[in-house]
Amino acid sequence: MMGEGIVSAANIGAAVLFILSLGGLSNQESAKRAVWFGMVGMGIAVFVTIFGPGIYNTFLIVAAVLAGSYVGYFVSGKVQMTEMPQLVAALHSFVGLAAVFIGLNADMMLKSVTLLRDSGIDFQTVELTGFGEKLWEKSPAEIAILKAEVFLGVFIGAITFTGSIVAFGKLAGKIDGKSTKLTGGHYLNAGALVLCVFLGLFYLNGAGIWTMVLVTLISGFIGWHLIMGIGGADMPVVVSMLNSYSGWAAAAIGFTLGNDLLIVTGALVGSSGAILSYIMCKAMNRNFVSVILGGFGGVSGPQMEVEGEQISIDVDGVAVALNDANSIIIIPGYGMAVAQAQQSVSALVRKLRAQDKDVKFAIHPVAGRLPGHMNVLLAEAKVPYDIVLEMDEINEDFKDTDVAIVIGSNDIVNPAAQDDPNSPIAGMPVLECWKAKQVFVSKRGQGTGYSGIENPLFYKENTRMFYGDAKVSLDALLPKID
Amino acid sequence: MIIGAPKESFSGETRVAMTPESAVQIQKLGHECLIQSGAGLLSGFNDEAYKDVGVKVVKTASSLWKTSNVVVKVRQPNPSELKLLIQDQTLISFCNPAVNKALLETASLKGTNVIAMEMVPRISRAQKMDALSSMANIAGYRAVIEASNNFGRFFTGQITAAGKVPPAKVMVVGAGVAGLAAIGTATSLGAIVKAFDVRPEVAEQIESMGAEFLRLDFDDNQDGASTGGYAAPSSPEFAAKQLELFKSQAADVDILITTALIPNREAPELWTKEMVEAMKPGSVIVDLAAERGGNCKLTVMDERIVTENGVIIIGYTDFPSRMASQASTLYSNNIRHMISDLTPKKDGNVEHNMEDDVIRGVTVVYNKKITFPPPPPKISAIASVKRKETPKPLSRAELREKEKEVFSSATKSQVGLLSLGGVLMLMIGVFAPESFMQHFIVFVLACFIGFQVIWNVSHALHTPLMAVTNAISGIVILGALLQIGSGNFLVVLLSVIAVFIASINIVGGFLVTRRMLAMFQKS
Repeated sequence: MMGEGIVSAANIGAAVLFILSLGGLSNQESAKRAVWFGMVGMGIAVFVTIFGPGIYNTFLIVAAVLAGSYVGYFVSGKVQMTEMPQLVAALHSFVGLAAVFIGLNADMMLKSVTLLRDSGIDFQTVELTGFGEKLWEKSPAEIAILKAEVFLGVFIGAITFTGSIVAFGKLAGKIDGKSTKLTGGHYLNAGALVLCVFLGLFYLNGAGIWTMVLVTLISGFIGWHLIMGIGGADMPVVVSMLNSYSGWAAAAIGFTLGNDLLIVTGALVGSSGAILSYIMCKAMNRNFVSVILGGFGGVSGPQMEVEGEQISIDVDGVAVALNDANSIIIIPGYGMAVAQAQQSVSALVRKLRAQDKDVKFAIHPVAGRLPGHMNVLLAEAKVPYDIVLEMDEINEDFKDTDVAIVIGSNDIVNPAAQDDPNSPIAGMPVLECWKAKQVFVSKRGQGTGYSGIENPLFYKENTRMFYGDAKVSLDALLPKID
Repeated sequence: MIIGAPKESFSGETRVAMTPESAVQIQKLGHECLIQSGAGLLSGFNDEAYKDVGVKVVKTASSLWKTSNVVVKVRQPNPSELKLLIQDQTLISFCNPAVNKALLETASLKGTNVIAMEMVPRISRAQKMDALSSMANIAGYRAVIEASNNFGRFFTGQITAAGKVPPAKVMVVGAGVAGLAAIGTATSLGAIVKAFDVRPEVAEQIESMGAEFLRLDFDDNQDGASTGGYAAPSSPEFAAKQLELFKSQAADVDILITTALIPNREAPELWTKEMVEAMKPGSVIVDLAAERGGNCKLTVMDERIVTENGVIIIGYTDFPSRMASQASTLYSNNIRHMISDLTPKKDGNVEHNMEDDVIRGVTVVYNKKITFPPPPPKISAIASVKRKETPKPLSRAELREKEKEVFSSATKSQVGLLSLGGVLMLMIGVFAPESFMQHFIVFVLACFIGFQVIWNVSHALHTPLMAVTNAISGIVILGALLQIGSGNFLVVLLSVIAVFIASINIVGGFLVTRRMLAMFQKS
């Protein structure tokens, strides 16, 4: 058995290791080391807690941990890289659910410990869990704070849980990706929120656990309804927001339990998710509130008419242009992930690079359904990461580029964002691929993108539409590159 | 259907509307081709060349007109040709429909459908039939050649053993198709070329051809896009500025090529008598607007004149005919594309689809009705470009001022946020117990560390970041572990579930992160 002192020391160590594991993600090489720091930190924290003071039912713990680890191992080994957004969303829901359970438990234990104490039993004679001991010593003011923390933990946890499940369903295609709301829309959410706050106040003033169960149900509804109202391409923001919430839920639980390691970790995760959401919103030139409330806003006048026509091109035309080009930039988007075309793209790049052509990738921050999703897909397909560049790094290069290939992206290459102040996406930073000498757009059909607006890029004189499924078109193109 | 090309009757006209090459393409559409004997001779195509590709040669114009379903021509039909028009025939030719009432009326009476080649709308789909552009291109090229023919010096500058030769200075006014072609030809001959146009948006095209764009310092530059790519008349103030600019150039340039035309108007006078007098002897002016009165008032249509001070002014209007072979090739290709648009099924049947924007635009007589002028096309030629305000570069003092402002506003907002946060802390401190505050300190500091650390994470690693934060947020397992020993069965049950799912999170999150990171490889 380890004493309190060792547990605290181990917790400090684990907190430092977690910080290092996040800090290491600043570049690809140090990240490979950093993930081990995280694992070791987690190992230390769990091990020390299990064998620390105030832990009972060790057998149950070991069984649950082993079962959970096996499931985690199985899932992580099996998941496709294109399914990462779903996986991340699913994992968020677990954190949310765990937070709800722990919060409810905290209340039940508080009640029984208070009963025990009031019955006049001596502290030494009862066998309390680690958390029970802490509860025993609480003053009335501390108990009020604890109740507030329980409320927060349960509230945020339940929103995270149902919200993540909906996000998972939308990303996995099990729920329609379109934005759907019940009648009443956001007023319904606001009403539910007010109800939760009232229930929270009742709870603080001594009402029983039923208030918390109700809060769980109602905030679960908020999470479900809120995320149902957000469309598919806003998912990067939603997933990072839920990431943030899962962190705040963990931090709230940390307060409840008086455990600093939980607080630190929760704060790290919470701020990480918040920053990611901020970056995503900035990349779409939208504010966080408007994304969460769903739909595109800010249309201030008639949109510019798109003139001209979409001119299509066949495989041979693209092949000739690629064989002639010296510099090529590829812009992948969600469509590439949908068509599972990353391997074909990679094969194309290898062929082109073998001829000493300068090939680069341009990644928009919101390409795909998860921050950094495209980078992972390309890495999986063995595209070297040093030719995969961010928008800010590469936007200047388009004007000196012979061919830009757009694969399954739409809004992130829409020149209307710059030219048309009335466009719903006006002001959104976009990849200026139309400055290249020639642009090929690989696209399934003539439809519009997520935002539902026309893309003048497709009508530009230097643009040729390469219709068809991305993977099929690229596979047809491959043998023609010599 | 039978497509026939008669010999051009206009004197000096050397072009022909069908070449052996275009005939091959027309035959592929399922049509039969006829040509009048000797029609291609002046363009360098004899009857044998036509016969070789299966074109039937007929002796007289009248038999050709009688048998052809579609007659293709270059010049508008003269009165005697008008008599040959028959019902349900289609005539494709330059027609000058705005003034040529005789043709429109005769054709509508006789029931001949007429397609006017100058009416091709300026949209990208119709570019392949745009005969005006093809002819303007030739005129621009030929204008430079004629100028060099009359100019006594080299175009390119040379330093020879016998002395130094300065390069010729060429100025091109009007950067339409002809102007741009002239710029390209002159620069490739080695001259120094300057160009002027009232539409500021063509500056880029001028510069891309290797010429210098003469900019007018003027706010009210007109937007050429609104007039379908053609220039519109300019305001008096603008004209005055322009005059000034030309005066300053007159003494400097050796060769002047003017191409300024405004649709359906007399050519604007750009180059005054005064300017001609200021030019050096031996200078050459080629006035491509001579047909509409000329950009220089001294120009005499179809003639080459020499002024008192030795400036040569060329007012030819038949530049395309002076390059008959090239002009016929391009024009017949325009015609061929027009026929191909009229034969959408490639089955040798002409379908005159008046719903089609291009075909509607070019048709001036259809089904015994005059259909000129056409309604405006549904799509305009050039996307209108909103003029962007170019901010003036700030002076150094202004820059410093601005920096100061930004700095002070940033300071203000930071101090504001900090004091707001401070007050909040104080409020919490007043009410919350000591034990809570200790945890709260940890929380706030951890948030700060989180913000600092996460900003440094590379964008490319955002997905691994989410996966790893997922894994470490599995730390909630500690909470469940601390509760699992409770005596209450429900608490134990919930804790066990929480431990189970948190374990999934931890193991799944870390392993998938490791898997992803291992995939990132350097080249």
